[in-house]
Formats: sequence, structure tokens, C-alpha cells
Amino acid sequence: MKIVVPVQLVPDLVEELVVDKSGKALDLDTVRWIISEPDDHAIEQAILMKEKSGGEVIILAPDFEGVDDVLFAAAAKGADRLVKITGDFESGLNAHALARALQPLVKDMNPDLVLTGVQTHNGLDGPIGALLAEYLQMPYIGYVSGVSVQGNKALISKDYPGGLKAEMEVSLPAVLGVSSAESAPRYVPISKIRMVMKTSKVEEQDAGDLDLSGAAVVTRMSPPESAERATMITGKVDDVAAKIVAIIQEQGLL
Amino acid sequence: MNQDIFVLVEHLRGQVADITYVALAQAQSLAVETGGKVIAVLFGGNAVELSKNLAADMVLHVESPVLAEYTCDAYASALTGLIKEKSPRAVLMGDTTMGAEVAGVLSARLGMPLISNCVSIKGGKFSAKICGGKMMVEGELPAEPVLVAMVPGGFRVEQGQAAKAPEIKTSPVPDLSGVRVAFKQYVEPEGGDIDITTQKILVGVGRGLQNGDNLELAEELAEALGGAVCASRPVVDQGWLPTTRLVGKSGKAIKPKLYLALGISGAPEHTETITGSEMIIAVNTDPAAPIFDLAKYGAEVDMLDLMPALSEAVRKAKGG
Ligand SMILES: Cc1cc2nc3c(=O)[nH]c(=O)nc-3n(C[C@H](O)[C@H](O)[C@H](O)COP(=O)(O)OP(=O)(O)OC[C@H]3O[C@@H](n4cnc5c(N)ncnc54)[C@H](O)[C@@H]3O)c2cc1C
Ligand SMILES: Nc1ncnc2c1ncn2[C@@H]1O[C@H](COP(=O)(O)O)[C@@H](O)[C@H]1O
Repeated sequence: MKIVVPVQLVPDLVEELVVDKSGKALDLDTVRWIISEPDDHAIEQAILMKEKSGGEVIILAPDFEGVDDVLFAAAAKGADRLVKITGDFESGLNAHALARALQPLVKDMNPDLVLTGVQTHNGLDGPIGALLAEYLQMPYIGYVSGVSVQGNKALISKDYPGGLKAEMEVSLPAVLGVSSAESAPRYVPISKIRMVMKTSKVEEQDAGDLDLSGAAVVTRMSPPESAERATMITGKVDDVAAKIVAIIQEQGLL
Repeated sequence: MNQDIFVLVEHLRGQVADITYVALAQAQSLAVETGGKVIAVLFGGNAVELSKNLAADMVLHVESPVLAEYTCDAYASALTGLIKEKSPRAVLMGDTTMGAEVAGVLSARLGMPLISNCVSIKGGKFSAKICGGKMMVEGELPAEPVLVAMVPGGFRVEQGQAAKAPEIKTSPVPDLSGVRVAFKQYVEPEGGDIDITTQKILVGVGRGLQNGDNLELAEELAEALGGAVCASRPVVDQGWLPTTRLVGKSGKAIKPKLYLALGISGAPEHTETITGSEMIIAVNTDPAAPIFDLAKYGAEVDMLDLMPALSEAVRKAKGG
């Protein structure tokens, strides 16, 4: 079983997001890049499957600031190969361009399964998994929360709203968009990641010329203007608690 | 290319998804601009029943055993044929467990640009919401035929509903022999837990909870208030609460009289199903958290400090 896991880094939403001078994009100097959360689940799912039935897990990620940390963390969890995709991403990278860049690399690896996060929070041109699947001529299932492989097929658990799931059978190779792994992504201590850094190597593959077509051009980016912002309750915790109680009482709920 | 607008009808177990009506409302307004018709595309299901209130000029219905239940593979194949044959100006669907993936596959297959997370298209401009609701982006609608995956916010469900059923046209069944995915069965969510959709007071906890052990504080607060605890996705993913308590796109829609949202940032996947709440009070240490756009009241304090203080204050108020 060979599982390829393309992942991406996205802006950490805990940090303040600043629009750059062009007014069309985030100011990259202020962005802290972290692994996209569904991608973290895709890595976990791949590792869980390797632990269960063996095989090889290959992580692929475009070269954003902090990518080595993401790759080494995956190695510390049990990934076998780490591949950094290099290229000129300064003037922008979108899902279509990344999927096109991934296609020949993934094809050469000849995987049984490609697991990737079902979406990224900053994407504007669709899920990478669906695009990559089509470029690879493989079937795609997204919103996946469970996978079990039986011969040259896989039984997939796909999430619908309200906790409903559908079981689907897909012929392999296939691309799956993972929304949650069968168990929460494991935590690896920094000390273990440091150790892995000494023994693992990060391979590099060039993305070549990026083809950004397939996405619409953004002409303006701005924080949402909301009609109404919440009335802020100020003061120390006890004051806030007292004021909230007063509001709840006013509503007749207490 | 003609000027018609296609809308993919998403339905699950005999029910049309709300987002389909939102997309129809968008399509109606877009069709006025382009001068085309709104054509709802319906695969499988009971066409008469499912299309009775769709705000469309016509329903194109395709029936096949392969389309009886949704799979991305089958829907994308069937839609490919229809788009090639009719070449619409735009194809709208939901940015959902169905639409998001069909749109992605079709964009790669047909070379049509795709706009996802789209809130609305007006006057030739689209606007979309990204970064967990913290940023809006705008741009020109591409001149060529385009795929659009919609999120709620720009139009109301009722705007996409009509009193009169549209005409249904049956389209020939395409060749679906190459479909590589087979639907097997539905698996129901586990039962036996409280039903968060009927609670009057809900204490919602998010990643700000930091640790499963802190859940006790939320349970205590909910008990004092006579309500129940629900959660955002990370809390459920960590296994701190069961999926029955999940609020949002992949969970449930809630409509309590009071929703106390604690340590929840307000990502669209969460907030799209809390708008039925009568009053939202949000507590978040980040003043820029999008949840404050929806909340009536907000406080910028640590939820871990607030929960015990509030439980105490509530008990006092009740006792006195
Ligand atoms: C396919 C898909 C489906 C999804 N479906 C859902 C869904 O159904 N429901 C859902 O909720 N999400 C869903 N999500 C996830 C969603 O995109 C967000 O990631 C999620 O809602 C964020 O949860 P959160 O607000 O708890 O965490 P975060 O976004 O991390 O926010 C935590 C917040 O807590 C605040 N905070 C931290 N510490 C404290 C403290 N001590 N006191 C007070 N505030 C504090 C922070 O400022 C921050 O605003 C889905 C995602 C995908 C990809
Ligand atoms: N969406 C993006 N568009 C462009 N560059 C990006 C993007 N995401 C991450 N980057 C990278 O962010 C890094 C920030 O610059 P530096 O701090 O010089 O490494 C650059 O290496 C960029 O390649």
C-alpha cells in the first residue's frame, strides 16, 4: 500500500490578518504559516492505515515558510518520505496550479491512494483533491472520515450534515479528501521531531512554470464589513458575569 | 455559450438542500443580468416531489440507477454531458459535501474556472468569504462559462422557492458505465444523546476550551442555566464531545433562545447553522473574531475564567 499525502500551509487565523498594499492579498510578511487542519487529518489517516496494514507514506508540500517543520513533524508520526515542492510561489499559488504541479509527481509515485485535506480555509478555486483526482484520471471522494482497503477497492465513510454518513466503495487508485481522521491527529513532542530531523531527509522537486488558470482574479480583499457588531461587555470577569446574568434575566430566561 | 444558468439540485434522502434554494435565488438574479433562463438540473429521485417549489424556469431531470444516490463520480459524468450539450453561461451548486467536489472535478475536466466560497455575484462581480470568515474577496466574474460553489449569506432560502412547480423535462440517460464509485448504504448517527436542536439554552464551546478536562466547567455552567453543552468541530474531533453535540455544516443547526458561544472563532462552517438563535452572546479573547459580527453581546475575556464566575453568578441570581 503506497499512500501519497499532498498537504499545504495556510495562514494561522489566530494571528491578525493584514491586507497588503495592493489591497488584493494578505501581507505575507505578517502571515504565520501552519499546516491546514484537514491536511493534518489526512496525514493522521495515512499513518493509521500504515500502522494497521503496513506500506509507505509519502508527504508532499509546497515550499512555504515553515514547511520543513511540517514535513519533519509528519516523519516523527511515521511518514517514510518527505518531498518539498519548490517553485516561485511569491506571486501566488492557487489550487489549480498546485494540482497541476502535483500531477506528474504523484503519477510517478504510482500510489494506491492519495489522501489530502478536503479543503483549505484560504482557497478560492476549489478543493485540491478533486482537481488532482481529475488531472490524474482517478475517482474522487471528499468529506471522508474513514477508509478501509479491501484488495483493489476501498470502503469509504463519507460525512453528510447532521452526523449522517454514507458508505461508498471506490476502485483504487483513488484520491480522497479527508475531513477527519479516524482518530484525532496525534501530538508529537518537539524532542521527537528534533531527533527525526537528524535522520530524515527532505527531497526537493521543482514545480516548474505555474499555470494559475482556472481561478478567478481577485481585485479586492478586505475584512468583512458587518452591519452590526456585538455590544461589548467590559470589565473584570466578575463584572462581565454579572452583566451577562442581567442580560439573560432581561430575556426572561432565568 | 448561451446565457442560461444551471443550478445543480442537491438532495439527500428525499430532501432538497437549503443551499440549492440559495443558489437558485442567485441564479435568478444572474439570469436577469445575462438575459438567460434558470435551469435546475436534477439527478435521480422523485422529480415531481423534489422540484415542486424550485424557483427555476425549467427542471432538467436525468434518471438512472447509478444516479439514485449521490456519488461525485456519477454526478460529474452526468453533468459533463449536459454542460457540453447545452453550454450554459454558469453552473451553480453548493460549496457542500456534494457541490464542492463535483465543481472541482468539472473545473479540471472541462477547463472551466471555478469560484468557491462564493457569497454572491452582482453586476458582473463575485464576492467570496475566506480565512474562516475573516476576509472577503471580490473579483470580476470570468467572461467564459464558469462554475460557482455557493455558501449561504448572499440570498435567503425563500428567495429560491416558488409557489408554482417548474416544467420538468426528462433528459436522456448518459453512458455511466465508467463510474468508479458505488454507493453502499447510509449509516445513521449514534442516538441516545440529548437533542441540541430543541434546547432553549446552549453553551457552545470551541477550541478555546484548550483541554477536555475543562469541559466540566462548561457542563457546570449549562446545568446552572438549565441548558446543554454543544461544540464546534475541533472539540468533537478531539473526542471531548460526541458528534451529536456538533453545531455547524457537518453537524446540526440550532435555534435556541440563548447561545453562549465560548472560545469559538465564528468560522462560516460553524455560523451558517446558528443564525436561528434568538440571542448570541460570544466570549472570545480575540477582538477580531468573526463571531462578534453575529453576536448581540460580546466579551473579550478568558472563557476558562468566565465559566466558573458565570456559573456562580447564575446560581446566585436563581437562589436570590
Ligand atoms: C468540510 C468541513 C466541515 C466543517 N464543519 C464544521 C462544523 O460543522 N462545525 C464547526 O464548528 N466547524 C466545522 N468545520 C471547521 C471550521 O472550519 C472551523 O475550523 C471551526 O469551526 C473552528 O472551531 P473553533 O472556533 O472552535 O476554533 P478556532 O477557529 O481555533 O477558534 C478558537 C477561538 O477561541 C478563542 N480563544 C482561545 N482561547 C480562549 C480563551 N481562553 N477564552 C476565550 N476565547 C479563547 C480564539 O481567539 C479563537 O477565536 C468544518 C471544516 C471543514 C473543512
Ligand atoms: N499563497 C502564497 N502566495 C505566495 N507566497 C506564499 C504563499 N504562501 C506562502 N508563501 C511563501 O511565504 C514565504 C514568505 O516569505 P519568506 O518569509 O521570505 O520565506 C515565501 O517563501 C512564499 O513562498
